[in-house]
Amino acid sequence: MLTERAHTLHVRSLSKHYGRVRAVDDVSFTVRRGDFLTLLGPSGSGKTTILMSIAGFIEPTAGDILVDERVITHLPPERRNFGMVFQGYALFPHLTVADNVGFPLQVRRVPRAEATARVRQALDLVHLTDLADRVPKQLSGGQQQRVALARALVFQPDLLLLDEPLSALDKKLRAELGWELKSLHRRVGMTFIYVTHDQEEALSMSDEVAILRDGKLVQSGAPSALYDQPRTRFVADFLGTSNFLDGVVDGPHHAGVTYRCGPHRFLQAGPRDALRPGQPIVLSLRPEKIVLTADEPPGAINVLAAELVSWSYFGSGVHVLVAAPGIGQLAVTRQSWRLDVPLSAGKRVWLSWDADAATPVAEDS
Amino acid sequence: MTTSVALAARAHSGLPVRAFYWLLVVPALAAMLAFYFFPLARVLWISVTEPRPGLDNYALLLTSASVHRMLLVTARLCVITTIVTLLLGYVVAYAMAHARGRQLRWLTFFVLLPLWVSVLVRAFAWVTLLRGNGLVNQSLLALGIIGEPLALVRNELGVAVGMIHYMIPFAVLPLYANMQGIDLRLVAAARGLGASPRQAFLRVFLPLSLPGLVGAGVLVFIFSLGFYVTPAILGGGRVFMIAEYIGVQILTVLRWGLGAMLATTLLAGVLLLMAALGRLVNMKKLFGAG
Repeated sequence: MLTERAHTLHVRSLSKHYGRVRAVDDVSFTVRRGDFLTLLGPSGSGKTTILMSIAGFIEPTAGDILVDERVITHLPPERRNFGMVFQGYALFPHLTVADNVGFPLQVRRVPRAEATARVRQALDLVHLTDLADRVPKQLSGGQQQRVALARALVFQPDLLLLDEPLSALDKKLRAELGWELKSLHRRVGMTFIYVTHDQEEALSMSDEVAILRDGKLVQSGAPSALYDQPRTRFVADFLGTSNFLDGVVDGPHHAGVTYRCGPHRFLQAGPRDALRPGQPIVLSLRPEKIVLTADEPPGAINVLAAELVSWSYFGSGVHVLVAAPGIGQLAVTRQSWRLDVPLSAGKRVWLSWDADAATPVAEDS
Repeated sequence: MTTSVALAARAHSGLPVRAFYWLLVVPALAAMLAFYFFPLARVLWISVTEPRPGLDNYALLLTSASVHRMLLVTARLCVITTIVTLLLGYVVAYAMAHARGRQLRWLTFFVLLPLWVSVLVRAFAWVTLLRGNGLVNQSLLALGIIGEPLALVRNELGVAVGMIHYMIPFAVLPLYANMQGIDLRLVAAARGLGASPRQAFLRVFLPLSLPGLVGAGVLVFIFSLGFYVTPAILGGGRVFMIAEYIGVQILTVLRWGLGAMLATTLLAGVLLLMAALGRLVNMKKLFGAG
């Protein structure tokens, strides 16, 4: 029912200052037609301020917001034609589900017959047709979230903005509605901008993620690119979990560069330029990219003997904490199925990882 | 502590705990019976016995032209007061619901301020302002807006001004209590969904503030019915509302039966209105106890 009217959104050098606090500081990004972009960051990172500026509720201090080539920075919210799902949904408690969904059509003076048909279509889209005559108080959290979605989509907006729409739900429901949201995005083919502090949500749903910290855009890209090649220690730490190896560059190698960590010498694949011998280097190494064996692995590139400190079993896998001399504690995550390392504290184990498993990251300013 | 006292009482007297609690209420209850309900019952009694037994006094409600005139004036003034007070009070409560910190404290202070000034003082202050050679008329004359002093007091207009001024806090407080419960993000949501500021107010904020408006309206109307001092002073003896009319019947012309009948009628009317209000809105919530 909803057409393929997708638009591009440009945010250019957007800043919002409150006195001397820079809530948003010179942020620029572009959301391509029909993309699902997530603004991800801890609380106070400025993600909601950016969303509210796009929606028109906050007047930016500087910068511009453009839909396709049209500047909308100073338009009032009601003239932007964006659909929005608010945190906590903000359903009108005095109106029925049908009237809530019909609200955007009513204020646009859409003729009654057409409005009724479109409300019905929107409710079909979120599988809520049977509850049209209820009031929000009689709905569960998940149902309310769907009403909010239907209300934000019913008037065929140019863009859909979502402010932490799943944060009020319990974990299982959150995952389920996440799937639904993603499939909905594919079906309506619109441009979505999503705000969350939950990195799992961001990774699982988005085409592109923009990570924010202290009002600044730290890194953006496809979820897998962000996870596998974080540029800074903050990004590596915020997205999933990461070990950090602090070392010193040793010298170039035909397959990359070697570096020293305490008494150990490791190989890192990738570009050798800009890394001079003697220069400090920090590498992010994901726990699941480390192979754990009971005996020394033959032919492995980066090998490290360590002592098993403790472990935590979570069904499909197991988190293992090991201590390596000269490096400190490292986290390793392995599948629990057919794990060939006996789990007992104090036991000697071997760690190994490929040359391209780790990523050099910059220290945060 | 309470429990131990109650248990001790039970141990000593052998009375159940509940009876002990009832005993605590007895003095207040006795005072109410002796000094409130008994005189009230006497008033009801007088209304059907003076000057002779029967419903003659109540018949006056239907037959007496002067009673009709007085009831009409009372109803008209109460309706006007209620409407104007609600309009003005709504604006103040709306501002309070959107104010924060210092702003809110000053607004609250100025709303409550008149409550600390005697009604008598306020009525005379209005006379000073509104009379023929008062401040308002003199200013308007000096500015050349009017040629003759306007009759602003010693008529229904003056009474209405005094009553509205008195009633505004009583409208603001329940309205504000109700508006505090309205999630202001809903108004922002309406704007985000395409509503103009006007549409967002009319379709979202106003309907959500309706319970407060109904509650404040009934409250102001009931209070207005009982005005005595304000109409007496600002009406200058020309505007008789029910309370002053009763006073005159009992103190001046000594028609106790008629006075008692009107008092009973007023009480019954107020109780009916309260019952209606109780059905429309949650009273506990309205007065901040909920």
